[in-house]
Amino acid sequence: MRDPLVPAPLAMLPWRLIATVIAIGGFGLVVLYSAAGGSLKPWALSQGIRFCAFLFGAILLSRVREDQIKAAAFPAYAIIVAALVIVEIFGFVGGGSQRWLDLGFIRLQPSELMKPAIVLVLARFYDLLPAGEIRRFSAIWPAAALIGVPFALVLVQPDLGTATMILAGGVVVTFLAGLPLRLYIGAGAAFLAALPIIFFSLHEYQRNRVLIFLDPESDPLGTGYHISQSKIAIGSGGIFGKGFLNGTQSHLDYLPEGHTDFVFATMAEEWGLAGGLFIIVAFLLVVNWGVRVALRARSRFGRLAAGGLSMTIFFYVAINLSMVMGLAPVVGIPLPLVSFGGSAVMTVMLCLGLLMAIDRAEKAGR
Amino acid sequence: MKRGRRIVTEQQQLLTFTRRAMVLGGAQIGIGAILAARMGWLSIAENERYRLMAEDNRVQLILIPPRRGWIIDRNGQPIAINRTDFRVDIIPDQLKDEERVLAELARLLALPEEEVDRIREDLKDAAGFRPVQVAEKIDYEHFAAVSVRQSELPGVAPARGYTRYYPAGAAVGHLVGYVGAASAKDYEKNRDPLLIAPGFKIGKEGLEKVMEPVLRGKPGARRSEVTARGKLVRDLDTRSDVAGGTLRLSIDAGLQTYASRRIGTNSGSVVVVDCHTGDLLCMASMPSYDPNSFSDGISHSEYAMLNANDHLPLLNKTLQGLYPPGSTVKPAVALALLRAGQRPEESVVCTGAYRLGNRLFHCHKRGGHGHVDMRRAIHQSCDVFFYHYSQTIGIDAIATMMRQLGLGEEFPLPVASQRYGTVPDTAWKQRRYKTGWNTYDTVNATIGQGYMLSNPLQLAIMSARIASGRALMPRLLARSPLKGGEALDVDPEHLAFIRSAMSDVVNGPGTAGRSRLPIANVQMAGKTGTAQVRNITAAERARGGKFGGEGVPWKYRDHALFIGFAPVENPRYAAAVVIEHGIGGSAVAAPIARDVMTYLYDPAKALATLEKMEEGWGGDIETRMAREAAEWANREKPAPAAPPAPAPASAASNAAAPAPAANNGAAAPAADAVGNEPVETD
Repeated sequence: MRDPLVPAPLAMLPWRLIATVIAIGGFGLVVLYSAAGGSLKPWALSQGIRFCAFLFGAILLSRVREDQIKAAAFPAYAIIVAALVIVEIFGFVGGGSQRWLDLGFIRLQPSELMKPAIVLVLARFYDLLPAGEIRRFSAIWPAAALIGVPFALVLVQPDLGTATMILAGGVVVTFLAGLPLRLYIGAGAAFLAALPIIFFSLHEYQRNRVLIFLDPESDPLGTGYHISQSKIAIGSGGIFGKGFLNGTQSHLDYLPEGHTDFVFATMAEEWGLAGGLFIIVAFLLVVNWGVRVALRARSRFGRLAAGGLSMTIFFYVAINLSMVMGLAPVVGIPLPLVSFGGSAVMTVMLCLGLLMAIDRAEKAGR
Repeated sequence: MKRGRRIVTEQQQLLTFTRRAMVLGGAQIGIGAILAARMGWLSIAENERYRLMAEDNRVQLILIPPRRGWIIDRNGQPIAINRTDFRVDIIPDQLKDEERVLAELARLLALPEEEVDRIREDLKDAAGFRPVQVAEKIDYEHFAAVSVRQSELPGVAPARGYTRYYPAGAAVGHLVGYVGAASAKDYEKNRDPLLIAPGFKIGKEGLEKVMEPVLRGKPGARRSEVTARGKLVRDLDTRSDVAGGTLRLSIDAGLQTYASRRIGTNSGSVVVVDCHTGDLLCMASMPSYDPNSFSDGISHSEYAMLNANDHLPLLNKTLQGLYPPGSTVKPAVALALLRAGQRPEESVVCTGAYRLGNRLFHCHKRGGHGHVDMRRAIHQSCDVFFYHYSQTIGIDAIATMMRQLGLGEEFPLPVASQRYGTVPDTAWKQRRYKTGWNTYDTVNATIGQGYMLSNPLQLAIMSARIASGRALMPRLLARSPLKGGEALDVDPEHLAFIRSAMSDVVNGPGTAGRSRLPIANVQMAGKTGTAQVRNITAAERARGGKFGGEGVPWKYRDHALFIGFAPVENPRYAAAVVIEHGIGGSAVAAPIARDVMTYLYDPAKALATLEKMEEGWGGDIETRMAREAAEWANREKPAPAAPPAPAPASAASNAAAPAPAANNGAAAPAADAVGNEPVETD
């Protein structure tokens, strides 16, 4: 079936996926162009360069062999945990919490890298675990430790959003690995029971966010402002939006963080429900491709890793959209590929690159 | 894992994985669908609401306060108008280098330090584009000084505004009230942003307050697109304001001013009613405050001065002053006697006192009037005649007639408050004091003392109803529908007799002979009254001398009253004059009524009389008030403490029968204690 004119490595790439990703990223740049008041600066241009660079990086990553990834899983995990500890000790104070590691040429956010790393390390762990052991305690406690350490480190930064995503990504892998179902049901019930305790152990600002999420109108000018203004932006867009460059909420600065966490609201104001459905459907296509890669994968590591990585991308999108539409508290998770900022693009491209590598391994072995 | 452990093979594990991956994939699509549905809900179902909210965000209204409606008199003469003035505001968003600008403004406008602090406070709370007032009512020089430097004072906006102006000043103070900036409480009650617009004033008292809905008008607005930080992007459009409606009063501004001036240095009220319509031609109450001072924002010291004055310039005496009506009720009592079947010729012999049980009730005339019939009893104001005959019909018949004539009535007028006093009867006393009516209560009531209390407006309406024979109702707004006016349920012949007897008071041998109108062919009829404000003990009476006259402190002197109407034959105007502690109805109140009536027929003549009097009083109202203010400002120490005055009789006499409802300065006597008889002069 191969076209003889196209070199094999290129033909092997999942072009339909890459086209979808480019469509999302391109649309994101259009939105950032508008958010800057119809200007490439300060966001669209630099974000475009970053997007291209990371996409290129993802394609390069897809050339890495699966066993190399497998081999790197534990060392990468260890390095990132170490980085998290360093952040905790020497962390750069930004936004009320310590998240950055300034390496001089780049501000690295190790908690971002932990999102794919936790998936890889658990996939590797269950790959090593003999099938017969899966219903033993020895299948649970190492996984719990592997998840618990970075989760705790990120939580104390404090970064509830990222910590939750690390936890969710890790739990998804254990779920796919085949731990008994009753563990999840039990944990779910325990979580619900513990909710009040968790609530009161949260930081003041986190607790406020939860409270405001439950009733944003209670504080329309304070913490509830973000949610209220975001809903106004989305709701006022209607079906087809106010038109490119015509958003008032974003251009008159009523919408806070309109180019980062709330970029979806900026988009929805100008492009309406149509633009929103485009983003949702495009991301579902991407994530669904990832699930299909997982289902196709031959190795246990590949299956678990692909499943976990695609869920990581999904969590990103779902949490951000729930937040901007007032379905979840404001937790500071950007919309990947669309929001301005390097970390989320890097993480998602990393996930996609790894997914493509697993996909390639499957195709090569066919 | 206590149960028999299931051995899991790789094949089973793959199956589990596939199943669970499918579940996750399904969950992704499900959550995706929920998100899409949520977005559809926001952007379709709630689109309207959010579009409005976005518009609300984007567009800011800058209110243009409406021009307040004028208040004019029945002839179109202005009573309250707006004068253009100059003001300076700061637009916080455009303000740069706050300290320098404030210092410069303080220098240019000579602002006191406390004002600068106030502006600083206001600026702290202000957001963006809503102007903060720097100064208002500045003169043109200061305005120009700021205007020419506007380019070096970013954010400073000199503008033209309006202030309320009352040409007649204090003469209309109680009538129209005044305007002032809305208080925080007003704004809490009604969160109209207009209320906090700089320079906007609302009615605070009197007609200005009651007729606020008519006078306010509708604000204009400039719609502007602004950013979240209040920065102006562009102006969208401007809607001009709709000025408030003009309020035409039944008042005759000239008469109102004349009557206010004529009260002079006294404290009291003059009410004139049109006998055809019930129109209130004048409702003067003096001393008063200058409503212009309030609309400028009254100073603390000026307010303290008004508050400290024992003549109560803050009290509208026409509506809120309650006074024992004294002998002015005698025509009403006589009407009740006639209705009960008494013939006018029936007479008593007045020896100067009347014994009831073990008490002695005195007539105002020491030696007595001798033979007194009804006509003579009215024009000589003989108390004994009324003491005697009131016993025959009882208080309830008398009270019914008084109420019919308007005493004790609260009139439907657009005023902030009315105190309507008391017309006592048996049921009232039972209700109020839980005791039965005594015959000496009737004796007191028939001469307008004891529990009887009325406001000057009621007295004027009583006079107008006797004069017209119709149940006239007072009207203050010229265009409001006429109320009442149907014929009184009183025999016209009785009324004619009473009117003729009242004419004798002035034009015959009566008590007010000095107050005949100096107008050819126009005669005034009337009835004087002198109401004591404290009891006189038998010991005091034995010592002789004056009990409520010149020799006693002002607040124990008798009230002087007069009701009247003119012309006698075909009454056109009715009036009531009440002078607090004025000593004599015939000496003080009747001449005021005479001059006020004269003004209605010959203003020039009346003004000539007045000007001569004002020379003696030390100038017109404005001059006198200015002098008082200066004296107040120069006083070396706060008002000297009043010497410990003898407690008013009402408090000292009889604890079991306390004085009727407190009546703001016009202490009413409770003349029912043993040995304490009322005395009645005139």
